[in-house]
Amino acid sequence: MTAPERMELPGDTAVNGSTGNGNAGGAPLLTVEHLTMRFGGLVAIDDVSFRAEDRKITAIIGPNGAGKTTVFNCLTGFYKPTVGRLTLQREGRAPAYLERMEGFRIAGEARVARTFQNIRLFPKMTLLENLVVAQHNKLMRASGYTVRGLFGFGYGREEQKAVEQARYWLEQIGLVDRADDDADSLPYGDQRRLEIARAMCTEPVLLCLDEPAAGLNPRESADLNALLTFIRNEHRIGILLIEHDMSVVMQISDHIVVLDYGRKISDGDPEFVRQDPAVIRAYLGEEEEEDLPDIVRQDLSADDAGGAGAPS
Amino acid sequence: MAATIPHAGRPVDRRGILIELGGTALVVFALTVSLVGFHIKDISGGIALDLRFVDVASAVAIAIVVRGWLILMRHGHHRVVAASAAAVAAVLVVSLLFGGAGVQPWLPFKAQLLQWLLAVLSAGFAIGSAVRMARERRPVLSGAGAAQDGAQDGAAPDEQAALMDRVSAQVQRNALWIGAVLFLAAAAFPFMPGVNLQYLDIAVLVLTYIMLGWGLNIVVGLAGLLDLGYVAFYAVGAYSFALFASPDSPLLQDLGWTEGVSFWLCLPFAGLMAALAGVALGFPVLRLRGDYLAIVTLGFGEMIRVTLLNFYSLTKGPDGISNIPPPSLLGYSTQSKMDEETLENTTEFHTAMGWEFDQADTTILLYFVILAMALATNFFTVRVRKLPVGRAWEALREDEIACRSLGINPTNTKLTAFGFGAMFGGFAGSFFATRQTFVSPESFTFIESAVILAIVVLGGFGSQIGVVVAAFLLIGLPEIFRELQEYRMLFFGGSMVLIMLWRPAGLLAHREPTIRMHGRRARASTGSGG
Ligand SMILES: Nc1ncnc2c1ncn2[C@@H]1O[C@H](COP(=O)(O)OP(=O)(O)OP(=O)(O)O)[C@@H](O)[C@H]1O
Ligand SMILES: [Mg+2]
Repeated sequence: MTAPERMELPGDTAVNGSTGNGNAGGAPLLTVEHLTMRFGGLVAIDDVSFRAEDRKITAIIGPNGAGKTTVFNCLTGFYKPTVGRLTLQREGRAPAYLERMEGFRIAGEARVARTFQNIRLFPKMTLLENLVVAQHNKLMRASGYTVRGLFGFGYGREEQKAVEQARYWLEQIGLVDRADDDADSLPYGDQRRLEIARAMCTEPVLLCLDEPAAGLNPRESADLNALLTFIRNEHRIGILLIEHDMSVVMQISDHIVVLDYGRKISDGDPEFVRQDPAVIRAYLGEEEEEDLPDIVRQDLSADDAGGAGAPS
Repeated sequence: MAATIPHAGRPVDRRGILIELGGTALVVFALTVSLVGFHIKDISGGIALDLRFVDVASAVAIAIVVRGWLILMRHGHHRVVAASAAAVAAVLVVSLLFGGAGVQPWLPFKAQLLQWLLAVLSAGFAIGSAVRMARERRPVLSGAGAAQDGAQDGAAPDEQAALMDRVSAQVQRNALWIGAVLFLAAAAFPFMPGVNLQYLDIAVLVLTYIMLGWGLNIVVGLAGLLDLGYVAFYAVGAYSFALFASPDSPLLQDLGWTEGVSFWLCLPFAGLMAALAGVALGFPVLRLRGDYLAIVTLGFGEMIRVTLLNFYSLTKGPDGISNIPPPSLLGYSTQSKMDEETLENTTEFHTAMGWEFDQADTTILLYFVILAMALATNFFTVRVRKLPVGRAWEALREDEIACRSLGINPTNTKLTAFGFGAMFGGFAGSFFATRQTFVSPESFTFIESAVILAIVVLGGFGSQIGVVVAAFLLIGLPEIFRELQEYRMLFFGGSMVLIMLWRPAGLLAHREPTIRMHGRRARASTGSGG
């Protein structure tokens, strides 16, 4: 699938080396190699490679239409990448190659959970039901694939556990009181956090959040930061975060990947990315290009060709 | 505009009102003149055209009066409406009760039932306007005299909608009690005074449709898959049953069996075959969504019917399969008209018990079997809603993409919904076959799918009791009101339109959560607090 002469993984090492502030410590949880996604003639993602580490928040940023959501859709099986390898490496397990898996298996077996840019809750179901549905596979086994459950043997206990799990997450997002209300009766910010709680109920190892702070007011935004930090620290999972809100990104992410027109233009820690001329150019517009052509070019080439030490 | 001024004594837009009344008259005339005005009668040696312009005229007159009342009520003349409607109702009731044959020609319609409906309608207007009159008398906020008519008009339907919402919420919450009462009533029904064979037969039919409704409710109401070909599974069930139960079936004759297989074996077999058909159909088409799925299922329904029509060697095509026996009891047949030959090796239940044969007893048996079956269906649906698979069905209806992101396999989940729904359709088909003693492809046309879907939609998606109520309205009433003849379909259509205008989500549309964290009481208290 991948071009043989480009098997090494570019990016991280060179970039981190250049800033002297690497992400050492976290294991590579997700490795994206040469991801390319074409829609007809449109190249939405063009040969993007990066890593997301365990227990770290990796942010993907970029202007509108840069291909961020498309990366998520490839990761979670909604799109089949045109080219590329997406490897999820969990401790003590065989690696899972996400590009080969069916969408629902990625969530159920590889344990990658996601939220959506435009919230996708089950609007006419209660908060509790939303969170219990997220534990479907576990409960399905407990109910003996419905056969045993119809007669009620041993299923009640499992369901109780599922409710406890749901209660735990409702406590984290402060919505226990509203557990029995319909999801669509919540204000927007709460719906966003409920969607995160629902994703967490699938007990993921990698949580992908698509613009969770979009449309939130500053207070809700701060709550969200706290929630994400809590998830990373207490639940020790990797988080992949698409975000436009730079305050959120700079505050909580450990590592940032910048996309523009489907290409990766920068990759490193927040401090590095903030000062990266390529990023400044992409965000501030073309007129800056004249000022920085050399640096930019250097940087881009460093991005593309740098780095050894690719995992097999 | 002058017409929107609420209170009596203010200038009123007469021209607007006249146009409104004229329009009503025109529409009613156009509808009735074709549906009611010309009636083709069979007479010996040919047909004759029966012109009934009196009926058309009365229908138009009634429509004008009713529209007039509505207009008057809108302008706040409740007193006039209350008085005149009460008068009309009283005259109708008195003349119906005490008038005898003498007044009959003076009443607007020939059918008794229509007169009564008219009386009820007028009484409803009288009560409704009286209630509004009383409400307006109540002390209101200052400046209410200048309140806009729009606000008044808007408030009343909202209140009604809220009332009906509360009613349906209460019904759903107390479903257990209501269900128990309904069940007891249903169990006592065959023994009530005045219940004859005809009513029992209708009851079996209604129960069949309740089962069909519940089955389709799983597919449409819970899983949100619009299935316009549900009749296919009904047909598969009926034919699977008939092919093995009837001694006349070509299949049994090919096999060289002279006797039909017992009802109690054929019933689960029919359910199984229908479920298999459901899964077989589901497999290729469940990738489709919404309208596309609806169209393909519609096609599937027709395919099954056309196959039944043309596969003559198996189904006898349009001739159908006849001689389907009623359910046996404890190994005894419950039929009476056995020919000599079969009598030798079969014992009839009534002979074994030393009873006289009574057709009603057979129908009562069938009635109880289908009642038990309906109960099992209900138990299943209520239970399965609280199981992961049921919640996944509902989640799938709400958002399929979100389901996939949570690790739910959409194909399998939809297939189970299709399979279970089809299975109940198959059971219902078996009951249909034994009740009719005869099946032919004619019984499984698209209109049947439409009626079943109408039951589900009218009852309120996902509501078990709603299906019962709707089955009564759509199947029971038209059967009981056969006296109305061709007005029947007019009423059917009219009431459907009215109900859909009044409650677009269905009569008893209210979703009760499948699981609660705080229990109902806690919720009520926090609800009132916040
Ligand atoms: N299914 C699709 N078919 C065709 N083109 C698509 C499809 N999905 C995405 N694209 C295109 O791919 C490009 C990247 O889209 P994407 O949604 O990934 O952007 P994004 O970075 O998430 O932008 P935003 O910040 O606006 O959410 C866009 O040009 C979009 O039109
Ligand atoms: Mg996006």
